[in-house]
Amino acid sequence: MARGVPVTVWGGAAALIVAALVLGTLAAVAGFAGGLSALGPGDWLAVRFTLAQAVVSATLSVILAVPVARALHRRRFAGRGALITALGAPFLLPVIVAVMGIIAIFGRAGVVNDLLSMLGLPGVRIYGPQGVILAHVFFNLPLATRLILQGWQAIPAERLRLAAALGFAPADSLRHLEWPMLREVLPGAWVAIFLVCLTSFVVALTLGGGPRATTVELAIYQAFRFDVDLGRAAALGLVQVALCLVALALAGLVSLPAAFGAGLDRGAHLPGPAGWLRVQDAVVIALAAVFLLTPIAAVLWRGVPGLAALPPEAWAAAGRSLAVALASTVLVLGLALPMALAAVRPRGGWVEVAGMLPTVASSLVLGTGLYLILRPWALPGGLALPVTVAVNAALSLPFALRALLPEARTLAADYDRLAASLGLSGLARLRFVTLPRLARPLGFSAGLSAAFSMGDLGVIALFSAPGTATLPLYLYNLMGSYRMADAAAVASLLMILSFALFWAFDRASRHADA
Amino acid sequence: MKYASLLAGLVIATAAAADEKPVFTVYAPDYFASDWGPGPAIEKGFEETCGCDLRFVTGDVLPRILLEGAATEADAVIGLNTDVLARARATGLFAPHGQDTARLTLPVVWSDATFLPFNWSETAFIYDETRLPVPPASFDDLLNAPDDLKIVIQDPRSSISGLALMLWVKAVYGDKAGEAWARLAPKVLTVTKGWSEAYGLFTDGEADMVLSFTTSPAYHIIAEGDTTKKAAIFPEGHYFLTETAARLAGSDQPELGQAFMDYVLSDAFQDMIATANWSYPARFAPEDLPEGFAALPRPARTLFYTEDEAEALRQPALDEWLAAFR
Repeated sequence: MARGVPVTVWGGAAALIVAALVLGTLAAVAGFAGGLSALGPGDWLAVRFTLAQAVVSATLSVILAVPVARALHRRRFAGRGALITALGAPFLLPVIVAVMGIIAIFGRAGVVNDLLSMLGLPGVRIYGPQGVILAHVFFNLPLATRLILQGWQAIPAERLRLAAALGFAPADSLRHLEWPMLREVLPGAWVAIFLVCLTSFVVALTLGGGPRATTVELAIYQAFRFDVDLGRAAALGLVQVALCLVALALAGLVSLPAAFGAGLDRGAHLPGPAGWLRVQDAVVIALAAVFLLTPIAAVLWRGVPGLAALPPEAWAAAGRSLAVALASTVLVLGLALPMALAAVRPRGGWVEVAGMLPTVASSLVLGTGLYLILRPWALPGGLALPVTVAVNAALSLPFALRALLPEARTLAADYDRLAASLGLSGLARLRFVTLPRLARPLGFSAGLSAAFSMGDLGVIALFSAPGTATLPLYLYNLMGSYRMADAAAVASLLMILSFALFWAFDRASRHADA
Repeated sequence: MKYASLLAGLVIATAAAADEKPVFTVYAPDYFASDWGPGPAIEKGFEETCGCDLRFVTGDVLPRILLEGAATEADAVIGLNTDVLARARATGLFAPHGQDTARLTLPVVWSDATFLPFNWSETAFIYDETRLPVPPASFDDLLNAPDDLKIVIQDPRSSISGLALMLWVKAVYGDKAGEAWARLAPKVLTVTKGWSEAYGLFTDGEADMVLSFTTSPAYHIIAEGDTTKKAAIFPEGHYFLTETAARLAGSDQPELGQAFMDYVLSDAFQDMIATANWSYPARFAPEDLPEGFAALPRPARTLFYTEDEAEALRQPALDEWLAAFR
């Protein structure tokens, strides 16, 4: 970031690249098809189901996350940091692995139904819309909790102390501190989750029970596979982008900045309210931990014993996946930081919108579009890994941006004038103000991107060549060849690596933050 | 993007280091690339005689061919299923295989001059006899079974086996297929995107039966020594599936393409299909099958629609299928 080139230019350029990737690939697919095709009644049913499940899943995730985040924020106990990190795990899981874990716990032959039948109670049925929503809450409760917890942590300690000095009761804190914070954080969290659920694919198709649970992303896949109708695929891709823009606009309307002002950053923990609220918080934390961690334990339980027997091919795939994950993390940070800084400047709103677009970019449209665009220049086989890196980076960018934006906004509101009055700009400002202030969300973003990239199947289907299989593709190949025991072992390996990457980045940044 | 271009450079450098023999490019499904799949054996076997460097390009074969059109780098393709042959043929990109189809030992008549089958199997519901000691004895029996008998099937819009099931029901029940689906639907635990997810649910004990192939038990018998997984054989007949190979008309190496087609029906190729692909070879003598395969029960009837019939039935049958689940 050289002196003289304002951050808005860097951020704007990054936003343009991202928007071009999402919209350009869509245009390439539509162009190849010779235009968009009309959508049939089945497609509109898919749009309706997609919207309905995304609204319910996002709302439930956010509502349930508030008490969990509050309990985690106001209590201190041994292992709290580790628990917070662990509770983030489901969001990092490759979908296919998470579905395995959920089925092991809530499935027809799962732990919950075994317990219920031992007690002589009727079983629970996971297959159907309820299963889709359960899985989406499982995935997204951690994201919501994390975003809201960050909101709580962003309330300056000075305000909390003032509140304590004034003898605020919990209800007063809620009104003057927590509600304004939630008002700022919740809409963003809701939209982020809504958008994740909008493009859900494997979850809906494994747990959905039948074709009633057809999502738009699945309809896109079918347009490609069953009808080879690229025009319809592109039309459906456009519908997804339109839904994304509407959701972002709505969230922008209800979200208000909290405006707590700057603090001195002295980490201070004030004891939480005593009495029955202690019990309530303990129960909330315990329930969340059981719900989020048992499916993960089930995946490990089944897979870890088989790890030692995995063939060298599996470890080679793991190595490639690690390289892809690290490369796309670098790329994500390079895009997300300038975009976050530019988005919070005046007239920077479009940067944020551009950054959210990849959430609803269909990876099939993205992959096919890139293939059509790049093919005249390069042999597709050689592009397998670079394209996977680029697409994984694009798909993780919205989450990185989502984590960075609130703090970037606070940073701009609280330090812009100070920095300007000190004549602090360019690299110096980046080093002394921006990076230290944003260390925590940057680490979180890096961890998220790395974990996503590790677990995402990406767009390798059109680009893959022998010797380029990533770990998720390898997992699918094992499952496609009856090797379910090896697949279980690879699933646990995938989970361990995704989680380790996230943990390493997140921890490094929390050290910086102390 | 620095890392991306670095990676690209590495990949290109590795490719350039390979030797100078002519490269023969074969598009194949992903499973061909795995160590345990048929890919490595095919590559080794063909390279022994062809004086070429066979390279597999794995992924979605037909979508890729459709996107590339006449400019494709493929010299041959392998792994095209019957369900996509009509669309593959419509591209006009493929050349005759030049093989005598009378040599094939398929349970159906196959006289196609372009697409050459290399394996086959039939749809079947697989069960575990320790969990389901008395399986339905016929398709009718399955429809009449209590609704707590749970089966997992695949979506005909995203999976080849799912599409085959749809056509199977159509072949058995004809005009009454919609009714049959309405009776089957309450027993369907869930519909998965592909075969793998469904089979995984079955082996995890989630469902009593899974839609798979008559040859699936062979994997459990040979690779796992497990004889409890069985295919329920129905007197109404079972639906035929095959994977084919074909050569591209626009290939600049037609002799190699022809040699590859010859190789597909050679003993060396056909002998490894059973245990690399877990299906029947397209040309075999019963005594040459591995033990686990030879003992598999065979349906009395094999059902199959021609390419044109299947293409014409696809949409109406799908509408019936969808109606049953709404």
